Amino acid sequence: MMIELKNVTKVYGTRKAVDNISFSVDKGEIVGFLGPNGAGKTTTMKMITGYMPPTSGTIKIAGYDIVEQPIEAKKHIGYLPEVPPLYLDMTVEAYLHFVGGIKGVPPKKRREDVERIIHEVGLTDVRKRLIKNLSKGYKQRVGLAQAIIGDPDVLVLDEPTVGLDPKQIKEIRDIIKELGKKHTIILSTHILPEVSMVCDRVIIINKGKIVAIDKTENLSAALQNSRRYFIKVEGPYEEVVNSLKKIEGVTNIEAEVDSDNTIKLTVESSADKDVRKDMFFAFAKKGFPILELKMLNYSLEEVFLELTTEEESYDENVGNTKEGA
Amino acid sequence: MKMWEILKRELKSYFFSPLAYVLLGFYLLISGYFFSTFVLSTHYAVLSPILSSMVTVFMFISPILTMRLISEDMKTGTDQLLLTSPVTVTDIVIGKFFSTVFVYLVALVITFLYPIYLKLYSSPDMGSIIAGYIGVFLIGVTFISIGLFASSLTENQMIAGVIGFALILMFWLISWLGDVFTGKAKAIFQNLSFFDRLNNFLNGLVNLSDVVFFISVIIFFIFLTIRVVDKRRWS
Repeated sequence: MMIELKNVTKVYGTRKAVDNISFSVDKGEIVGFLGPNGAGKTTTMKMITGYMPPTSGTIKIAGYDIVEQPIEAKKHIGYLPEVPPLYLDMTVEAYLHFVGGIKGVPPKKRREDVERIIHEVGLTDVRKRLIKNLSKGYKQRVGLAQAIIGDPDVLVLDEPTVGLDPKQIKEIRDIIKELGKKHTIILSTHILPEVSMVCDRVIIINKGKIVAIDKTENLSAALQNSRRYFIKVEGPYEEVVNSLKKIEGVTNIEAEVDSDNTIKLTVESSADKDVRKDMFFAFAKKGFPILELKMLNYSLEEVFLELTTEEESYDENVGNTKEGA
Repeated sequence: MKMWEILKRELKSYFFSPLAYVLLGFYLLISGYFFSTFVLSTHYAVLSPILSSMVTVFMFISPILTMRLISEDMKTGTDQLLLTSPVTVTDIVIGKFFSTVFVYLVALVITFLYPIYLKLYSSPDMGSIIAGYIGVFLIGVTFISIGLFASSLTENQMIAGVIGFALILMFWLISWLGDVFTGKAKAIFQNLSFFDRLNNFLNGLVNLSDVVFFISVIIFFIFLTIRVVDKRRWS
């Protein structure tokens, strides 16, 4: 077990930023930490890395308690915060040497490490440049390089791709995937496809609480206990809906008049029955042409929304801000 | 030694930016001006008035030299690197402290030219000059420890500089309170006064109690800084 959180709570003043969360991450896993802004992702990461202690609960890194044995525990951690912690007045090389120094990498190994990492992360062209003159993408890479110096077992990456352009995002993701072969990684994001692309497992957190932990593929499968179809039919509303209702296995129908005589429907059926053929024949018999028909898959996006959106609370928030303004 | 790594980085940061050069240049220009005008006008082979004004100049310079030490890390987020690395807060604070002490030492060593000139053309009392330098060094390092502490209080460099200067000024003016009060209160305020103690050194007196006083104040402010940095993480 590389990372182990037990009943971790963080209270800021009276607000619970993180509320009694427990989870663990195995060696060699890439875990995605997913949640809307302000859910407690960054706070949790700051506690894991020992930047701030939890109000209650314990965190162990490679078996060392981060509060009781901070120096031992921190030897196993590489951390890339939301904004990379760069000394802008240093060159890339000097900065990485410095990081190697405070991480306790012996001088000889430090030189080799910095050399290797500069190549790994793609900083060869800018190694002699001052960090303040680098583009955002390169700064992010320096941040990543900084985190992996000293070969820590655990990498904690807070929104590693935020603010980058699509090409840079892809490059950083590739680097992370590569790193995942040797390191245990926990990365936070609010970009959902990122999780399915790089992570083995997902932890969804909302309002300081864990709402789901599962393998990436299981999580979307969990909601797949029904099938959904989108269908567009030409015909009178009442009759279209009625003929659908008669089909065996249909559990839910949402209909909407699109334009004159065409109706858009989202139909749900139980998972074991594909009702596409039944729908086709039913409408064919009535003489209503089907203009469009497709299966809908639950995306991770929908899983996420399903888990993090409670019907009222969101509306309530929106309402309040409007009144306040 | 992790402290050493922090110290080296801070020194690089001083000398790769114009800051150290500008401040050192200013310090040497003013003290050189004092030295030459004093010697030319009085023809005395005495250094204590110059040493005294060097302290006054450093009173203005030290807050500028120290204001970014910790506040900048908080502002740019590099404290996240330092505090999540296997380094103790003590290492960080002491490393930063000694980096500034080193810059100050460089400035002082350059001013050794003045006594050398005096020695070349006259026969000054070297004992009292050495005593004076010890005093100037100790009080300067005390300013640095106060400035370091001020820098840990806020992430705004300007505010840190102002707080640092205000604290130093307060210790200067505190001896005036000694003149207002009588008895025990008078003794307490006079004992706290940096400048009465500095005058002992400038007059050629190295009292153990004065040395212990300055070193205690320095350790006190370093300790306070460590506590402030540590405490912030818990809030």
